[in-house]
Amino acid sequence: MKKEKSFRFIEFYEKFGIIFILVIEFIIFSLASANFLTIDNLFLVGRQVSFTGIAAVGMTMVLLMGEIDISVGSILAFTGCLSAELVVKYNMPLVIVFVIIIGVSAVFGLVSGTLTTVFKIPSLICTLAMQIIIKGFTYLMTGGSSISGLTDSYKFLGQGFILGIIPFPLIIMVIAFICGYIVLNKTYIGRRIYAVGGNKEAARLSGIKTNKYVISTFVMSAVTAGIAGILMMARLGTGQPSIGSDFAMDVLTATVLGGVILQGGKGFVMNVMIGSFIIGILSNGLVMCGVLEYWQWIIKGVVFLFAVAMSNLSLLRKN
Amino acid sequence: MDKESMLRIENLTKSYSGTVVLNSVSMEIKKGEIHALIGENGAGKSTLCKMIAGAIEPTKGTIVIRGNAYERLTPKKAKEEGVTMVYQEFNLISEMTVYENLFVGKEVRKGVFTDKKKMMEMSRNIFREMGVDIDCTERIKDISVAYCQLVEIAKALLEDSRLLILDEPTAPLTTKEIEILFRVLGKLKDRGISMIYISHRLEEIFQICDRITVLRDGSFIESLDTEGTTKEELIRLMIGRELSQEFPKRHKEADYDGTETVLKVEGLTNSKLKNVSFELKRGEILGIAGLVGAGRTETARAVFGADSITEGEIYIRGKRVRVKSPLQAIRQGIGLIPEDRKRQGVMLLQPISDNISLVVIKELSKRLLVNNKKEKELLDKEINMLNIKLASVKQPVESLSGGNQQKVVLAKWLATKCDILIFDEPTRGIDVGAKKEIYDFLFQLKKEGKSVILISSEMSEILNLSDRILVMYEGRMTGEIGYKEATQELVLRKASGM
Repeated sequence: MKKEKSFRFIEFYEKFGIIFILVIEFIIFSLASANFLTIDNLFLVGRQVSFTGIAAVGMTMVLLMGEIDISVGSILAFTGCLSAELVVKYNMPLVIVFVIIIGVSAVFGLVSGTLTTVFKIPSLICTLAMQIIIKGFTYLMTGGSSISGLTDSYKFLGQGFILGIIPFPLIIMVIAFICGYIVLNKTYIGRRIYAVGGNKEAARLSGIKTNKYVISTFVMSAVTAGIAGILMMARLGTGQPSIGSDFAMDVLTATVLGGVILQGGKGFVMNVMIGSFIIGILSNGLVMCGVLEYWQWIIKGVVFLFAVAMSNLSLLRKN
Repeated sequence: MDKESMLRIENLTKSYSGTVVLNSVSMEIKKGEIHALIGENGAGKSTLCKMIAGAIEPTKGTIVIRGNAYERLTPKKAKEEGVTMVYQEFNLISEMTVYENLFVGKEVRKGVFTDKKKMMEMSRNIFREMGVDIDCTERIKDISVAYCQLVEIAKALLEDSRLLILDEPTAPLTTKEIEILFRVLGKLKDRGISMIYISHRLEEIFQICDRITVLRDGSFIESLDTEGTTKEELIRLMIGRELSQEFPKRHKEADYDGTETVLKVEGLTNSKLKNVSFELKRGEILGIAGLVGAGRTETARAVFGADSITEGEIYIRGKRVRVKSPLQAIRQGIGLIPEDRKRQGVMLLQPISDNISLVVIKELSKRLLVNNKKEKELLDKEINMLNIKLASVKQPVESLSGGNQQKVVLAKWLATKCDILIFDEPTRGIDVGAKKEIYDFLFQLKKEGKSVILISSEMSEILNLSDRILVMYEGRMTGEIGYKEATQELVLRKASGM
């Protein structure tokens, strides 16, 4: 009898789990803190969610390959500082800044992807190394101090509102998810990404250049993290080399909560958007309730493990 | 003379959320009996065996092992009662030696150290009893699949097993190795050990089994003595209808003109192959026979660009081509249906539709976007043609039976318009009904003027389907036989390098 019950719980979780968690979380925080359910705060949440969400689109692609990228936090800090530097010191127009940032991020992704595919270094290991390497570059560039003096047009990217109510980064996030959805679910490229992630050998024997696809997902992850970096810095108003230490964790949790399995080949990017909201609301709600930051770390770690455990459990059940 | 009962199951039923996969099955297995369990894929054989081994819990029913009745059997309890399942995928550690594997988790100890001498001696005794000659100090990775299986069986004997469940034990073995296995099973039987033997190969069942139980669609059909039944009767019981003929009828003469060479391979050499040369004609089924490890699969992979070659030339329709990757091979019109369906053929978690359209997905797209209408047309056509049984094209491939999974792989290649198709063990582990469909399908391809290379370990397939047979031995071609001269003896002789 007992077995029967846990069986159903997993089935329920698979179908409605994330919506359920989102609703419960929302209700709990609304009750626990008077400041949570205010218009101002909800905008704040919207903005917070967007950075995680944008990078989660790229992370989804990496996880679909059965790989992982834990260097996104360092990329976020690096691109943030670099963009601040470019704007403040060299007075570059935003379009050029974006192009440079995307280019630099792509190089990071290219390196991680190449190390993973050609040199067969597990992606956990090579992105762990990339994380500290990129962090080193960030501190070399900034000397460890923050960069201030950003222009208003730059700040708008992070702080501005469209139509007076919708935070600009949130718009970018929605666009990122729609692009992710189209690429993954409507194009042949997406089909091939799922194929390589689902069974690399079968994909290779079906004439797919598997390495090319694995590398491009790392590039996508790095580029989305890079874009998130520009927006994040714009929101803070200064280029800060020290941010992003928990970023990879948030992005990963959002992705796994969204139902993307670490083993690769399975997951739906639109659910990852819900996962991102869960994480964003969690971060915000805990702050609103005055929970100590140390406790926030512990809670986030537990939530991540919970998400992974549930995803594995539903896989095991099917076998 | 009634022998003692080893295992009796009564009204065993298993259902998953309403779907009955095994319906009130009762049967008995006697001590020292080899009992065949047969049925098409999805008949419930694996479910039944997993319940006997305690791996899944029955919804209803009783399992009686040596007089002890269980309604809820755990894997631990089953093991204590002496039930061991020898899995198709071996649970051996490849970097360790044979004797170390036998004692994993139950090492004989002398203080804190392992007693190597004792363990080696015990291993040798077991193998002597089994009547096989294995060097206990060899590493698992250096011994053949057949021996791995014997090591698995030895492991079970060390644990004092009384009932072995063997699931398709001969699938990866060569004829010679099967003989060795059967000799061992015979010895175990004499020692009073019972065996449940699952196989799709009926010849084997007549060779070694005492009794046979037939399952169909999760129901018990009949238990009968091997003596006094026939292959035809078993097939009838398994599929519930007469199967007119296993192999399609061929014309008196080979029905291809044999003038147009579509593929010519010259001096193919790599670490596994030595100077392999052959020609493939238009509309021909070219069989490649040989023992496991003779280089058949390696030849296919080299031609398909999946493995690299150090020397040799490949000509397609007279033109020299370089095939360095599967992609290049596909562009030249070569397709490969690989031997290991689950690892190399399908993406199990993904929908049937995505599996079938994978190779041609770019052609089905306009710019980057997949054209859903075009894809649906293709899917409908392939699924109809191959008679794939499915509820929806969106269901994951893993929910299909082995035969239908294989058809998905066929559909994938059929969609490509490749005209040189290499089939590596296309019927491994699939049921009789699906096998016949695949045979018919091969003849259909031939009629359409496509060329087929057929690799198979089943002699009857090679003999009945091929227009010409190439035989390989240790990476070399040792013979080419026309279908009229081909006999089992001749093929076997060449396959053993004689």
